[in-house]
Amino acid sequence: MIEIGLGHYLTLGAVIFSIGIIGIFLNRKNIIVILMSIELILLAVNINLVSFSMYLGDLTGQVFTLFILTVAAAEAAIGLAIIVVYYRNSGTIRVEEIDKLKG
Amino acid sequence: MIAHAIFFYVFSIIAVVSAVMVTVSKNTVHSVFFLILDFISISCLFIMIGAEFLGMIMLIVYVGAVAVLFLFVVMMLNVTQQKNQWFISKENSNHIPIGLLISVIIFFELIIVIGGWKYKPELFDQGNLSIVNDVSNTHSLGMVLYTDYIHIFQISGMILLIAMIGAIVLTFRQREGVKKQSYLKQISRERAEGVEVVEVASNRGVKIDD
Repeated sequence: MIEIGLGHYLTLGAVIFSIGIIGIFLNRKNIIVILMSIELILLAVNINLVSFSMYLGDLTGQVFTLFILTVAAAEAAIGLAIIVVYYRNSGTIRVEEIDKLKG
Repeated sequence: MIAHAIFFYVFSIIAVVSAVMVTVSKNTVHSVFFLILDFISISCLFIMIGAEFLGMIMLIVYVGAVAVLFLFVVMMLNVTQQKNQWFISKENSNHIPIGLLISVIIFFELIIVIGGWKYKPELFDQGNLSIVNDVSNTHSLGMVLYTDYIHIFQISGMILLIAMIGAIVLTFRQREGVKKQSYLKQISRERAEGVEVVEVASNRGVKIDD
């Protein structure tokens, strides 16, 4: 309990990952919160990579965390651009009302 | 050691609570604020564990760029005051209990994986890029990032470039009725269409339609 080890960090990553999954599944509001949940999931993956990297003494995890950071930034930019275009075309970004693809 | 534990618990509790608040907050702007708080506490954890370069990069990239981008889009789209309809919906949809179930199953699977993780001592010196303790974290990351991972580094730069171009192409629109300077129109103007020689009649003047 006092000794903070790898398991504590992995548990924190698991908790944040699950919160992100719950945020994707249960969201009935606008789609921006879904994008934020995706960011949370990527953050949890980063926590796992960095903690493994520090506890195993291998630098590869931190290097790949940098690349995940890059991909997360690109994904946020593209996703928000798509949301802006969708809002301009249909006037809503509520999850319930996005049904143009009849899914 | 006990200070380390106290800091870990403080930062992780803040991170988990703010992650919950991101998903359940009614106001989307508040969600973005809690996302910023989450990123800051996780980067404090990174700095605490010894990955100080990644902690700082997280602060710069996430808080400085991504969260501000989110905030910008939220304020631009006028969706801030939407009603929270988590469990009350117009039509009865059954995806909420299934979503909760799947999320809980994922969480317990991850917990089982962590619990089953054996701390094998031979794993600790198996890495091909072992962390050297006499140089700083930034130094050692820079040593491998521009040598061993140079191609992936450049590809990630390409990804950022493509994302930038894609975002510009997606959100660019040509508006009607906006007066703009057109260089092609200006430089391709001929004398014949710009100048007209008019015979001026005496005592009458010329009427120029404008």
